Amino acid sequence: MKFDTPAGTNPIDQGKVVGRPTPRIDGPLKTSGRAPYAYERHDVAENAAYGVIVHAGIAKGRLNALHLDEAKAAPGVVTIVTADTAGKLGKGNMNTAKLLGGPEIDHYHQAIALVVAETFEQARAAANLVRADYARGQGKYDLEAALPGAPPVPDPNANDGKGPKIDKVGDFERFFASAPVKLDQKYTTPDQSHAMMEPFATIAAWKGDELTVWTSNQMINWTKGDLAKTLGLPKEKVRLDSPYVGGGFGGKLFLRADAVMAALGARQAGRPVKVTIARPMMANNATHRPATIQRIRIGCDKDGTITAIAHESGSGDLPGGGPETAVSQTKLLYAGAHRMTAMKLAVLDLPEGNAMRAPGEAPGLMALEIAMDEMAEKLGMDPVQFRIKNDTMVDPEKPERKFSQRHLVQCLNDGAQRFGWSRRNAKPAQVRDGRWLVGMGVASGFRNNMNQKSAARVGIDKQGMVTVATDMTDIGTGTYTIVAQTAAEMMGVPIDSVNVLLGDSSFPVSAGSGGQWGGNSSTAGVYAACMKLREAVAQKLGFNATDVTFANGKVTSGNRSADLKDAAGLSAEETMEYGDLAKQYQQSTFAGHFVEVGVDAYTGEIRIRRMLAVCDAGRIINPTSARSQVIGAMTMGVGAALMEELAVDKRFGFFVNHDLATYEVPVHADIPHQEVVFLDYPDDTTSPMKAKGVGELGLCGVGAAIANAIYNATGVRVRDYPITLEKHLAKLPMVA
Amino acid sequence: MTATALPAAALDAAQPMPGAKPTTMPVTLKVNGKSGTLDLDTRTTLLDALREHWKLTGTKKGCDHGQCGACTVLVNGTRINSCLSLAVQHQGDEITTIEGLGSPDKLHPMQAAFVKHDGYQCGYCTPGQICSAVGVLDEIKRGIPSHAQADVAARPAVTNDEMRERMSGNICRCGAYSNILEAMTDVAGAKA
Repeated sequence: MKFDTPAGTNPIDQGKVVGRPTPRIDGPLKTSGRAPYAYERHDVAENAAYGVIVHAGIAKGRLNALHLDEAKAAPGVVTIVTADTAGKLGKGNMNTAKLLGGPEIDHYHQAIALVVAETFEQARAAANLVRADYARGQGKYDLEAALPGAPPVPDPNANDGKGPKIDKVGDFERFFASAPVKLDQKYTTPDQSHAMMEPFATIAAWKGDELTVWTSNQMINWTKGDLAKTLGLPKEKVRLDSPYVGGGFGGKLFLRADAVMAALGARQAGRPVKVTIARPMMANNATHRPATIQRIRIGCDKDGTITAIAHESGSGDLPGGGPETAVSQTKLLYAGAHRMTAMKLAVLDLPEGNAMRAPGEAPGLMALEIAMDEMAEKLGMDPVQFRIKNDTMVDPEKPERKFSQRHLVQCLNDGAQRFGWSRRNAKPAQVRDGRWLVGMGVASGFRNNMNQKSAARVGIDKQGMVTVATDMTDIGTGTYTIVAQTAAEMMGVPIDSVNVLLGDSSFPVSAGSGGQWGGNSSTAGVYAACMKLREAVAQKLGFNATDVTFANGKVTSGNRSADLKDAAGLSAEETMEYGDLAKQYQQSTFAGHFVEVGVDAYTGEIRIRRMLAVCDAGRIINPTSARSQVIGAMTMGVGAALMEELAVDKRFGFFVNHDLATYEVPVHADIPHQEVVFLDYPDDTTSPMKAKGVGELGLCGVGAAIANAIYNATGVRVRDYPITLEKHLAKLPMVA
Repeated sequence: MTATALPAAALDAAQPMPGAKPTTMPVTLKVNGKSGTLDLDTRTTLLDALREHWKLTGTKKGCDHGQCGACTVLVNGTRINSCLSLAVQHQGDEITTIEGLGSPDKLHPMQAAFVKHDGYQCGYCTPGQICSAVGVLDEIKRGIPSHAQADVAARPAVTNDEMRERMSGNICRCGAYSNILEAMTDVAGAKA
């Protein structure tokens, strides 16, 4: 099915199941410990041996020798995989660095060996006996030092990556120079780690030349292809199964070392092998969100109209990697006739930089939305009103292209009213509550909606149960439930008559979980399969397909009715594909984020007191799980604003704080009750579901709203994230 | 411990014991009301004994060194990080895991409240959060003080600050904290 004209009225609009707050159908399994995650499949692989990865102790250079004799002689050791024993390996399309190092080492904690033993304890002990002789090379690890010589790069997400290296509209330099009110500031965001709770894990088993991996992955089809490519296998010889994923946030988009090493280990051992990457190895072994250094310039008329806006960002990555696209939102968020965005990409020998939740927009808005706050203050305008004044209903770079929908102004106005914004004192450092300096901050949230082709198979059995199968994943996003809601609505059955099977590469290929495209795209695929199944059912039961209704387990046309289960045995598979509506219309999601903080007047400690997000993200399929996506993203935004930073050792080239005690993420005590409001405007240009992404929107802008609230509380502007107390303590107002 | 292959010179102190057999001991645990004895490597943590030997995989391994709380279980009624103690330290102990609290058809009130309030997303930290939440409400009931109390000599109450403080050893990267608090409040019968 191709979606190439705006959706008319369709069965989803009934809203009997879709759009209703629905508890997760996988909830009882997850809360009772019965949902099996990747490392836990005692049911699938008998006699699995345990693999423990040995990681490189240098960031760049060569492995002259690996001394394995002691490890091989250790109790219980079955085999040891190294680059020498693995044979020639390919590299996945989505991987920048290879996943098994040697002799060249590309980054710190790159896998260099896998020790396979009868038990976990034996494998771990033996892995610690592997010794290495390295020739340490010279690497580049300092972004600030590397950026001046780094080349400009085009936006990889625009014009197939072949656009201009500097994106210009009008004459930014001239109009910025002549603007009566100007801002020119530098902002930095640090390297960040996904830190999902379930570590990378895989059980691998071979049957002849066929490989099955039970793994934890967001994008089944990408990873199936990349595992086949890495091992030099035909794609059809590889099967992935990933029914439960313990968080990803972009960290599990790609094939990682656990899957490759488990597959190699199982081949070499001649039996199944299970591998997990130890928590302290994850940050350097896998991918991270790259640090950015950003410069923002805004020129305004005295009435607050933006006349010139420029956003530049520099980031680093391994050779062949890409930039953190922190300027993306600035192309679309605010009006302004004269514009410029540009990115630079330095080669760094740190671990691989790649996508983390809302790549680009998350760090981009952390900077842009402080800049907007600073500009509002220069203008003497309320920061909500300054944003509203510069709202645009068209793509500012191509004014003939409209947004499909855009309710940012309503997000900001509704949010301001609900949050009590009128009580904010525009002059900073004026409000005290006991020992606390109190401030409020606002930021716009913005993230594009992206659709991806997605397929599903839907069938009916003798009991009238509807079963949906698709390789789509549920990484905590609520996929099981929204897929069930969609099928229930389409086939006219209660949600508990729908069985959902996910994450197996033998199922039809879905959009996967990434870029906040999973919810709308995967349910649109289910819609397409259900439409095809409805036709087949109508035909089998002798109805005219055009006027048939599916409700209450019955199929009805005129005054004739039949049970859906009379069509038992039928199934249909279909793919939803997209025409160019997303080119005709700019499809985006919007939010107004409001935050109140308290800053301890004596110690500088920062506490979040209140948070509100008002979101405009199309039809909300399940308000329960969508709200959880947003509060979870807001929590991640608190981390980004206040504590998350992978500290770089610039001498030896690694992230120093590579565990959960030293890479701090928010805990219970950091997070107050959070409010979320969905405006719920179905968007008929996005798909028959009329939905959009929401899981990343909730993060976009939160960090800056917090930063602006801190400034409002203290009068001290911090432009380098995270805002830890030593950055403002010495400048806080004198305590009387 | 995790394996980073350090330069050979740095490892001179680590003397291997080639061919040595691992030391094992019989370990008897009463897990979810049922006694069992297994011969375990003395290095096996309580967490790995449960996950790999008892095959009760509801207890999760998020970090394996006491930083995340995903492995929280109740030992003789008290919550602990099962990754931080060896199985052999628990001879005769009564262990309650998430599977022992309830089953999909017969959820414990805390499990049901997590479903009702959507107190989870990916589900990986969830068993630890639930075991911890059950333990926390019991600790407050038993009058065990915490840092969140203004007066540690006074009886603790079921307040948001009290629960947040006591739950802060259980990390949820999906960020379900606000909903977890509502689930706990619901079970505690107190007003949020």
